[in-house]
Amino acid sequence: MCFKSIYTIKPLLLILGVLLLGTAQAEYGINFPEPAGKVARDIYDIHMLTMQIATFLLIIVFSIVLYSVYFHRKSRGYQADQNFHNTWFGHWSWVIVPALVLGVDFTIAHGANTVLKTVWDVPKEKDIMDLKVTGHQWWWEFDYLDHGIKIESRALTEDKAGDLYLRDVDNRLVLPTGTKIRFLHTSADVNHAFWVPELAFKKDAIAGYVTETWIEMDREGVFRGQCAELCGTWHSRMPIVVEAVSPEKFAEWVGKEKAVEEAAAAEASSEKSWSKEELMAKGEALFNTKCAACHQINGTGLPPAFPPLKGSPIATGAIVDHLKIVLNGKEGTAMQSWSSLNDLEIAAIITYERNAWGNDTGDVIQPADVKNAR
Amino acid sequence: MSAKEHSSHYFIPDPSPWPVIGMISLLSTLFGAALAMNGVSLGKFIVIAGLLLFAYLLFGWFRDVIAENLSDRYNKQVDRSFRMGMMWFIASEVFFFGAFFGSLYYIRNIALPWLGGEGYLGVTQEILYSQFQMAWPSAGPGELGGAFTPMGPWGIPALNTFLLLSSGATITWAHWGLKAENNQQLVRGLIATIALGLLFVVMQAYEYGHAYSELNLTLGSGVYGSTFYMLTGFHGFHVTMGAIMLIAILGRSMKKHFTAHNHFAFEAVAWYWHFVDVVWLGLFIFVYWL
Amino acid sequence: MTTTTMSHDEAHHHGAPTGWRRWLYSTNHKDIGTLYLLFALTMLFLGGASAMLIRAELFQPGIQLIDPDLYNNLVTNHALLMIFGAVMPAAAGLANWMIPLMIGAPDMALPRMNNLSFWILPAAATMLILSFVVPFFPGGGTQINTGWTIYPPLSVQVGMSMDFLIFAIHLLGISSILASINIIVTLLNMRAPGMTLMKMPMFCWTWLVTAFLLILVVPVLAGGVTMLLFDRHFGTSFFDAAGGGDPVLFQHLFWFFGHPEVYILLLPSIGVLSHVIPTFARKPLFGYRSMVGAMLAVATIGMVVWAHHQYTIGMSLGAVTYFMVGTILISIPVGLMVFNFIATMWRGAMTFETPMLFAIGIILMFTFGGLSGVMLAVVPADMQYHDSMFVVAHFHYVLMPGAVFGLFAGVFYWLPKWTGNMYNERLGKIFFWINVIGFNITFFPQHFLGLAGMPRRIIDYNVMFTEFNVMSSIGAMIFGLSHLLFLYIVIQTIRGGRSLKKSENKSWEGAKGLEWEVGSPPAFHTWETAPQIK
Repeated sequence: MCFKSIYTIKPLLLILGVLLLGTAQAEYGINFPEPAGKVARDIYDIHMLTMQIATFLLIIVFSIVLYSVYFHRKSRGYQADQNFHNTWFGHWSWVIVPALVLGVDFTIAHGANTVLKTVWDVPKEKDIMDLKVTGHQWWWEFDYLDHGIKIESRALTEDKAGDLYLRDVDNRLVLPTGTKIRFLHTSADVNHAFWVPELAFKKDAIAGYVTETWIEMDREGVFRGQCAELCGTWHSRMPIVVEAVSPEKFAEWVGKEKAVEEAAAAEASSEKSWSKEELMAKGEALFNTKCAACHQINGTGLPPAFPPLKGSPIATGAIVDHLKIVLNGKEGTAMQSWSSLNDLEIAAIITYERNAWGNDTGDVIQPADVKNAR
Repeated sequence: MSAKEHSSHYFIPDPSPWPVIGMISLLSTLFGAALAMNGVSLGKFIVIAGLLLFAYLLFGWFRDVIAENLSDRYNKQVDRSFRMGMMWFIASEVFFFGAFFGSLYYIRNIALPWLGGEGYLGVTQEILYSQFQMAWPSAGPGELGGAFTPMGPWGIPALNTFLLLSSGATITWAHWGLKAENNQQLVRGLIATIALGLLFVVMQAYEYGHAYSELNLTLGSGVYGSTFYMLTGFHGFHVTMGAIMLIAILGRSMKKHFTAHNHFAFEAVAWYWHFVDVVWLGLFIFVYWL
Repeated sequence: MTTTTMSHDEAHHHGAPTGWRRWLYSTNHKDIGTLYLLFALTMLFLGGASAMLIRAELFQPGIQLIDPDLYNNLVTNHALLMIFGAVMPAAAGLANWMIPLMIGAPDMALPRMNNLSFWILPAAATMLILSFVVPFFPGGGTQINTGWTIYPPLSVQVGMSMDFLIFAIHLLGISSILASINIIVTLLNMRAPGMTLMKMPMFCWTWLVTAFLLILVVPVLAGGVTMLLFDRHFGTSFFDAAGGGDPVLFQHLFWFFGHPEVYILLLPSIGVLSHVIPTFARKPLFGYRSMVGAMLAVATIGMVVWAHHQYTIGMSLGAVTYFMVGTILISIPVGLMVFNFIATMWRGAMTFETPMLFAIGIILMFTFGGLSGVMLAVVPADMQYHDSMFVVAHFHYVLMPGAVFGLFAGVFYWLPKWTGNMYNERLGKIFFWINVIGFNITFFPQHFLGLAGMPRRIIDYNVMFTEFNVMSSIGAMIFGLSHLLFLYIVIQTIRGGRSLKKSENKSWEGAKGLEWEVGSPPAFHTWETAPQIK
């Protein structure tokens, strides 16, 4: 199917929308957004093909039924044709109808099969860019396996995001156009699903397994999507924002990210002894991005699912237990292991949790303590 | 009313309290179980009360049915209803076990190879478990439950196969006795069947003890332990149920309830017993042997 | 209770027992059918209330009324209440009432077990409702935030309410299996002399196939949730990759049950249509044989295409191709069924009483839902639709017309037979129109929401999705409240009174079949002597 067909069907759909619903307006999406790559475009076309066939069949069925309802009614004096099922048509319709439907099915299945092969055929070339996408409750982690950088992407709060609330994140997934990218989906806890309509595929992130998809984007832009597999309380707060840029800009961005990450790593591994104020400041920033979704900014949690930290036995009790639960998580709950954070980050978060919101234990945890606890 | 006139009508029982008692017993058993599993100590007692009520229900319901049968109120058509009902019940049991066998197949032939780097999602190994090698038996990449020794087929399991197959033969022999109106053969055949069945259960219990204490093979030993205990455990439960049913039938046989033409209860239990036999053969081949 | 004396036996050939024992201890198919229908009606309102709460929350972006866990809990319970509480028991109620009347049998084959399969349902409903309310008690753990599909690992995180849910599913399963055994045995063993299988009324055929499906797939669900229970409490790792299991295994087990379940919900209503349309078109059902064949084909293919609910889990090309082609092929028998209904209407002498209005509504809207089903079957396109609001719209277009409207049609069609009173036709028609219009306003916009990128099962959405959600919520309120009118009509008809016409034995001019030869309402025991079928 040619891509242009959407322009013919879109007004039709709009009219249908207006007729049936009254207030449909052009700026509100009623169909997929414009695809951003070849695979996505193929999928778009097969979607339009099946939708057109479906609409056509629907019109036929509606016409026949409505014709019959109007003309074959007792109030018009119509006499029932008691022998209709004994005509040649009655005897052979059980062959004719399935044959016709089979023809339609074949048209759809044939088109679908061709697209399916492209979508499923992840290129095995060496220069393909590998991106590991890990779903967490409730944020995304993107590992650029070939570049050695890692992005954590979380929803922005309503005051920061404004009209883009639930569609905007703190760190975007920056990807180059014109490059074949292989997505490796997995999950750290429960199942999630990566869905950005412009990239036109959805793949589940299955805990403990890795699923693959691929795309080669052919236009720049910012594409927004969301987690599509129910993953618990804040399923609605897992947006994905893909920023497609030219390969040159991408290389530039990678360089910058690398520098930032290296600086952070150097800072964390320095033998420096940190003051309480420094740790508290770092800890607050980290807590508010990484922990507050569940435990809340004011530490009160959302019991029973998310226990409070304010005055909790863990945050005011033995430091060893506190370190343990942060490093290993708690089985059977949404509390995951945070061991992927570096020693400094964990030290800052724990120091903050033990001193904020009136927890004033006065404890200061140094990166070295975290290192020993690992 | 003469017996003949009677049997021309399909027997419709009078209103009966047993279904509602069944509802109460099932509800309290499962309600209690849900509490007990979550550490509410009261739960255990509710379960026990529910199970006792359930036992009372079975006793009472079947007492009614037996009494109705002995007073000759069931005609051929009623008998056929019972037979069909039992057959479809066993059909549903087949699919219940099918779920577990299907899971075993899926795990061994699809999921584990993926974790081990083969097949469609083989990339999983490269990304997540570079150390893991596909093998069976397996406790998965996390080696949950620690190292264990799998259960071989040629010790107790082979003996158990022999026991169950013999019990299938003895119950058939008892059936021949019943058809020939030889009550002694019927009773002896049933006693032999029950003895073999109970021996099977004892052996199975011993095997579990051995697995837990010496082989470190537990319910938590990854998927091998999970599938092993789930399949053999549910089978063992069915054998126990079957043995209890056989004991009931033995009691009725001793009271000479059955005739060569009217012995649905005996046949139902015999079918069930054969079904349990067949499931065991599947277990022996797919769980122990292959 | 135990009736070993003969004198008791004569007693039950007369009138109905009285008092609460009549209902609690019943062995009468009509009473048990009534119980089923009343139970279903109660659950319909509970499920409907949860749906309206969901839509009220989604009326505007933001979180206004309920917290996210309660929202997900409602999503879970809405599905379970509607599927297991409303539709299946209502269909079983119709079966209990009508099958013995239609085949000339004195009762169901196993009347006591019939009562057991009903009375397990209130127990299951109790467990289900407990699973909903337990988290609100201290120490009750977290709410069920998994949806009715209860996929692990999420369902392993949930607190004790998940155990209540698992046991509720076990009870529902036992009930369905016992009811199905009873129906199969009744249909195979209790038909009046001369009524061969190919002369059996179509409603009986649909239930035969439905019961067969239930017996085969419900045990698999029971096995799956049992494994889930063991994963939660006894350290097994069926669904845990660390132990070598796979979370997707549960999805396979669930949908091996879940897909045939769709046909379990649909087929009894197809059966009702096969009676309603010929009656009001005043000509015989077109293509009885092809209807039976199509139904068997649907059931057979429907058993082996379950994975089309999980295209996105990462299946090999071979597997998805197989499931896609299988799913698309289902359109052949389903298309044939719809065609047969249209051909039955064609050149008939139609009148449009409420059951017929529902029947025509079903043909039109079910076709619509079926066609969006074909779109969803196409794997690459499903990469987009999957788990979006488009799916929600699709399955409501299939299940509301396909299952629920069929049950409404059945209730209006047979209510005069059951009660002896004609329902108020004017009110019936008003109910139909409000209901259908409300339904379409609710679910039609959800197609667009899904295409535009709104996932399902989210409590809060971006402002770009507002307009259609507002429409959908307004529609849902109309749709939900319209059922109060249904309740009113049913109560009015049961109570009778001078304003309503009495129904004759044959309530409808064009009706055919044994059920119209007994009284309206029928005597407590009917067909004690089986009729002879030519």
